[in-house]
Amino acid sequence: MYSEKVMDHFTNPRNVGALEGANAIGEVGNLKCGDIMKIFMKIENDIIVDVSFQTFGCGAAVATSSMATELIKGKHIDEAAQLTNKAVVEALDGLPAVKVHCSVLAEQAVKAALASYYESKGIDPVSILGELSCDGDCDHCHPQE
Amino acid sequence: MNKLVYADNAATTKVSESVLNAMLPYFSESYGNASSLYTHGQNSKKAINAAREPIAKLINADPTEIFFTGSGTESDNMVIRGVLNSVAAKNKGRNHIITTKIEHPAILRTCEVMQKQGYEVTYLNVDHNGVISLEELENAITEKTALISVMAANNEIGSIQPLKEIGEIAKKHNVLFHTDAVQALGHMHIDVQEMNISLMSLSAHKIHGPKGVGAIYIKKNVFPDPIITGGGQERNRRSGTENVPGIVGFGQAAQDMIDHMDEDNAHTAKLSKRLMEGLLKIKKSVLTGHPTNRLPGTCSFAFEAIEGESMILLLSMKGICASTGSACSTGSLDPSHVLMAIGLTHQNAHGSLRLSISKYTTEEEIDYIIESVTEVVARLRAMSPVWHE
Repeated sequence: MYSEKVMDHFTNPRNVGALEGANAIGEVGNLKCGDIMKIFMKIENDIIVDVSFQTFGCGAAVATSSMATELIKGKHIDEAAQLTNKAVVEALDGLPAVKVHCSVLAEQAVKAALASYYESKGIDPVSILGELSCDGDCDHCHPQE
Repeated sequence: MNKLVYADNAATTKVSESVLNAMLPYFSESYGNASSLYTHGQNSKKAINAAREPIAKLINADPTEIFFTGSGTESDNMVIRGVLNSVAAKNKGRNHIITTKIEHPAILRTCEVMQKQGYEVTYLNVDHNGVISLEELENAITEKTALISVMAANNEIGSIQPLKEIGEIAKKHNVLFHTDAVQALGHMHIDVQEMNISLMSLSAHKIHGPKGVGAIYIKKNVFPDPIITGGGQERNRRSGTENVPGIVGFGQAAQDMIDHMDEDNAHTAKLSKRLMEGLLKIKKSVLTGHPTNRLPGTCSFAFEAIEGESMILLLSMKGICASTGSACSTGSLDPSHVLMAIGLTHQNAHGSLRLSISKYTTEEEIDYIIESVTEVVARLRAMSPVWHE
């Protein structure tokens, strides 16, 4: 069901756990939908010098979180803000259709963390990141429900 | 890891050696069509009729009341569709079924189809142990009620329903009583006469028989409309050339249950107790379903702050086969309808784990499962943002 890369990131997740000294934290998802992702970032001079995650969710949720942190580690925040769920899926060699919402959650978790950083700098995150779509509205990820 | 620890016997079971040996001659030696008149065909017919006997004996029915089908799901369909479409129900204007919220999808989805066709369905609630209220059942019966369909024991949480009491209520109100006993057969004593059961769905592959063969018990003088018509096999109840090896295998599996079910169930109950004691030592873990009145080999748990599919994947890497009712496993937003019906929180339902053991399970395997689940739960909690000791 899952690609080797997904299984690799699920069984050996990169950058897992809370991050000491994090100055940007974002959390998305809820217990009802069964996935919660929390991203921690340490940002210096607009560079993400360190990043980590905690995830409650299925194999795809863990793998997409792990891959998302890999894709943005060491990157400039402007670049991280461009991260798409599609890029996460591609980097994992694909996801089953029913699991694509997990990659959306990973993208949104990264953006939520960046939003907290912009807010701390007095910058309106919406102007840069747009509206975050995971605010507990599960219809976004499960439009068929 | 080459080790395979099979703990998903509620999903399906290993075909036993006795069953396999009984089936083998019916593939390429005695392969005649049971409808053919020559001896080669009649041998198949004899084998089919012989297989009815142990199945009937196991549930205290008459062999002429046992009809073979392709699966438990087909039997369930035959009951729901067949009873509502029967001449008796139509003549009496009976267009209502009473069932429960925790039935197998074979019942629930079929009831939904019937609702779309204009029939009425009442779905009974269950308490936190997964057991229906007899009072609610009796209150739901109207003069339009054609059938009460309540599963004997639940496939996810193992809870057993009060079949005898339900049968008494059905008899009192002159309503047919069907029980889906696919999960229960061989794991608890079922007596169709004592329990006043009119129809019962059965399946071979849950009792070390082959897949692809089910049966239905239909009490004398009850005539659900057939859903598969054709050559008139199974005395016009279910057409289609009989799966002779499968049926023979089902018969052997039932005979093995008659001979050994008490010792097998004592074995699984003992191992279940060990498993439950071991896993309930994990912090914030609960047993789901009835604490005592449950199938002896079905153990179901919920672990807080982790998700079921992740558990299954990690256990699979350790060679352990188990299952979960989490939403991620069902491909939908909601976790299992059974776990929601017994009132579990979303969080606990997402962290559900079912381990179902059989006569082949060993104490060493149970200890390995306890050790592995404990490790997997700790590992997933360590990365969970919602885990707080």
